[in-house]
Amino acid sequence: MSFLGKLSIDAIPYHEPIIMVTLAVIAVVGLVIAGLITKYKQWGTLWFDWITSVDHKRLGVMYIVLALVMLLRGFADAIMMRTQLAVATNGAAGYLPPEHYDQIFTAHGVIMIIFMAMPFMIGLMNIILPLQVGARDVAFPFLNNLSFWLTAGGAILINVSLGLGEFAKTGWVAYPPLAGLELSPGVGVDYYIWALQLSGLGTLLTAVNFLVTVFKMRAPGMKLMQMPIFTWTCTWANILIAASFPILTAVLAMLTLDRYMDFHFFTKEAGGNSMMYINLFWAWGHPEVYILVLPAFGIFSEVISTFTAKRLFGYKSMVYASGAIAILGFIVWLHHFFTMGSSANVNAFFGIMTMVIAIPTGVKLFNWLFTIYRGRLVLSVPVLWTLGFMVTFTIGGMTGVLLAIPGADYVLHNSLFLIAHFHNTIIGGAVFGYLAGFAFWFPKAMGFKLDEKTGKAAFWCWQIGFLLAFLPLYVLGFLGMTRRLNHTDNPDWNVWLYIAAVGAFVIAIGIFFQLLQLFISFKNRQQLKDSSGDPWNGHTLEWSTASPPQYYNFAHIPHVKDIDAWTDMKESGESYQTPQKYAPIHMPKNTSAGVFMSMGFTIMGFALIWHIWWLAILGFVAGVGVFIKRCYSKDVDYYVPVDAISEIETAHLTANAKGVNS
Amino acid sequence: MSTLAASMQSDDAHEHHEHHENNTVFGFWLYLMTDCLLFASFFATYAVLFMNTAGGVSGKDIFELNFVALETAALLVSSITFGLAMLGAQKQNRKAALSWLAVTWVLGASFIGMEVHEFHHLIIHGHGPQTSAFLTAFFSLVGLHGLHVTAGLVWMTIMFIEVSRRGLPDQTVTRLSCLSLFWHFLDIVWICVFTVVYLMGAM
Repeated sequence: MSFLGKLSIDAIPYHEPIIMVTLAVIAVVGLVIAGLITKYKQWGTLWFDWITSVDHKRLGVMYIVLALVMLLRGFADAIMMRTQLAVATNGAAGYLPPEHYDQIFTAHGVIMIIFMAMPFMIGLMNIILPLQVGARDVAFPFLNNLSFWLTAGGAILINVSLGLGEFAKTGWVAYPPLAGLELSPGVGVDYYIWALQLSGLGTLLTAVNFLVTVFKMRAPGMKLMQMPIFTWTCTWANILIAASFPILTAVLAMLTLDRYMDFHFFTKEAGGNSMMYINLFWAWGHPEVYILVLPAFGIFSEVISTFTAKRLFGYKSMVYASGAIAILGFIVWLHHFFTMGSSANVNAFFGIMTMVIAIPTGVKLFNWLFTIYRGRLVLSVPVLWTLGFMVTFTIGGMTGVLLAIPGADYVLHNSLFLIAHFHNTIIGGAVFGYLAGFAFWFPKAMGFKLDEKTGKAAFWCWQIGFLLAFLPLYVLGFLGMTRRLNHTDNPDWNVWLYIAAVGAFVIAIGIFFQLLQLFISFKNRQQLKDSSGDPWNGHTLEWSTASPPQYYNFAHIPHVKDIDAWTDMKESGESYQTPQKYAPIHMPKNTSAGVFMSMGFTIMGFALIWHIWWLAILGFVAGVGVFIKRCYSKDVDYYVPVDAISEIETAHLTANAKGVNS
Repeated sequence: MSTLAASMQSDDAHEHHEHHENNTVFGFWLYLMTDCLLFASFFATYAVLFMNTAGGVSGKDIFELNFVALETAALLVSSITFGLAMLGAQKQNRKAALSWLAVTWVLGASFIGMEVHEFHHLIIHGHGPQTSAFLTAFFSLVGLHGLHVTAGLVWMTIMFIEVSRRGLPDQTVTRLSCLSLFWHFLDIVWICVFTVVYLMGAM
C-alpha cells in the first residue's frame, strides 16, 4: 500500500473538458473573492466575526450562504441533465457520456437534499428560532458552530469529488449491490458515504441543540402551546431528525463495512440482504422529506398571518396537524418500494397510511385559506411564494396520493411520474417555503429589505418555469419513460423533453433575478434600510429586536402572555419601553475549536475515501484532541457591560421613538 | 411599568450556571436517545440476518454462555460501582469518587478484554465477520457496543484526571453525570445484546 493510498495524479479528470472548465471557473471565482477580501482587508472580519462565531444569527447566515452556493451547483447539474435529454433524443448520444451523466444525477440529488435544502432550513431556524422563543442564544452555542462546520465539511468533500476522482454513479440513494464494492469499485460511493456521515452528524447535533433550546430556554410565561408556529414546526422537524438520522448513520456505517472490510450486510453472497439497506435508507429518507417540509409549513403560516394582519386561524390544529404529519411520516417508508414484493396486506397498510397524511396536510391548507379569508392580504414577495406553494403543493400532494395506491405504483414506480411528484412537493413545498422565509426574514438578519420588483420577477420565473419543467414529466411517466435515462429513442417523448428543458431555463432566469435582487438590494441598502426592526408589523418576538438584532438578542428577557407575543406587547403598550436599568449579560466567546475539529474530521473522511490510513488516524485524533482541549479551556465566556447594552438599546429605542411602529 | 421592570430583573437573574448544567444533562440524555436508535438499527439488522449463516456456523455453535455470563457480570457490577462513584461525587468526596471510578474502569476494561478475546478466538477459528451475514451482523452489533464502552473508558480516564486535578466543581459533577448516564445506558443495551444475541442464539 503506497503512502497516499489510492490517490495519484491520475485522479484528476484531465480528459473531461466539461469538468476542467468548471474547475477553472471555480478557481477564477475563488481567486476573485479572495482578492476582494484582501483588497478590503476583511480576512480578520471573516475569521473573528464569522468563521469562529458562536452567534446563532451569524451561523444562520453562513448556512444560507452555503445553501445558495450549493443551489447553484445543484442547479447546474439539473440544467445539464435537461439539456442532455433534450438533445439526446431519437437515439443520439448527446454530450454527456453515461459515466459522467450518472455522477451528475447522483450529485444533483445529494446536493439538493443534503447540502441545499437542509442548510437552508437549518439556517432559517438558526436565525429565527432563538429570537422567537425569547432566548439569548441556543443551548450549546459552541456545538452550533461545530454543527455548521461539519455540514460544510461534508459539502467540501462532495465538491472535492468533482476535481479529484469521481462521485457515485448510483443515484442519490446508493442502493447496494450497485453501491457495493464489486459493482462500484471506485471512490465515488466513498465520497458519498463520508460527505453524508459528516453532514448527518452536524444535523443530528443541531436537532439536539434546538430541542434543548425549545424545551429549556423559552422566555418566562411562554407555554408550549404559545410557541410561535414556525418554532413548533421546527421542533417537530427536530424530533424527526433526532429519531431518523441515527438510522442513516447506521445504514451508511454498514455499507462502509461492506465496502472496506468485506462484510456481508448487503452483498449478494454469504447471506447478505440488499433489501435491508433499502428499508433502513427509507426509514431515514421518508422522515427526511417531512423534516424539509414541516418548517416550510411554519414559514407559510407566519407569512400568511403577518401579511393579512390577522391571528393565524386554527393555531392548535396547526400544531397537532404538524405532529400528526411527523408521526405518520415515520410509518410510511415502505411506499418507496411497493414493488419489493411484500404481501398485499403489508403494501395496503403502507398505502393507506400514506394517504392518511393528506388529511392533516389538508387541515393546514384550510387553516391558511381561513386565515386569508376576510383579511387584507398584501401581495408581497413572501406572500407570492406562499400562494404559489398552495397551488403547486396541492398538485404534488394529489399525485402523491395517486402514487400511494400500490396497484398504480406498480405501473408508475421509478418512472418520470415519480420524479415530477417529488419535485412538485420538494420545490413547490420546501424550497418555495425557504424562499418565502428568505424574503420575509432577510431584513431581520441583514438590516435592509430586499428589492420587490426583482423579487416578484424571480417568483414568476420560478413558478412558470417549475410548471413547464415538471408537468411534462407527469406525461412522460404515463408514456412509460423511466428515470435516470441517459438518452432516449422514442419520438412520442421528444416534445415533452423539449418543454421540460425550456422550463429549466425559465427557472434559470428566476435564479438570475434572485442574484440580481441581492445585488440591487445591497446597492440600495440605505433606501431599503429597516431602522425599526419591525418592517412588516410582525407578530412574534423576533420583530421586537433591532435589524440586525443585538448580538445578545434581548437586553431583558421578555415576558410572554400570548401566542402573538409581540402583537400583544404592542397593543398593551409594553413595546419599546426604556427599562429602569440594565444588568450585565452573560455571553459565550467565539471559538476556533469548531472549525478545527471539523477540519480534522473532514481530513479523516478524505483520507478514508482514498485509503490513506495514517492520515485518517491523524485527522481523527486531531479532531478529538481539539475537542478535549476545548473542554478544558477556561476562556469561554464573558459579560457584556451595562454601558455597552445601554448604548445599543438606546439607539434601537430612539429609532422607534415615534411609538408603536406600523 | 415598574412592576414589569422588576419582574424582568428577576428573570434575568435566572440565567446562571445551574441552568446551563441542567441543559447539558438534558441535551446529553437526548443524544443518548439518538444513540439508542443507532443500536436499534443494528438490532433490527441482526434480527433480519441472524439466520443467514450461508451454510456456516450459527449462534448455537459458537457462543460460550459461561464466558459471556462472566463478561456480563463485569459490566453490570461496573454500573453499581459507577453509582457509588457518583454518590461520592455528590458528597464532594473526591477520594471516594476517584477510587470507585478506578474500580469501574478496571471492570470496564476487563469487559472489553474479554470481548476482544472472544472476537479473536472466533476469527482464528475461521468464524470472522467476512464469513456470513450472521457473523457480519453479530460482530457489528457487539462491536458497536464494544466501541461505545471503549469510548467510555477513554472518557473515564480523562474524567479521572480532571477530578484528581480540579476536584469536584459543578461543571465536573455535571460531566460525571453525563458519563454515568452513558455508562448505565451501555449497560442496558448490553442486557439486550445478551438476551437477544447470546441467550436466544444459544437456545
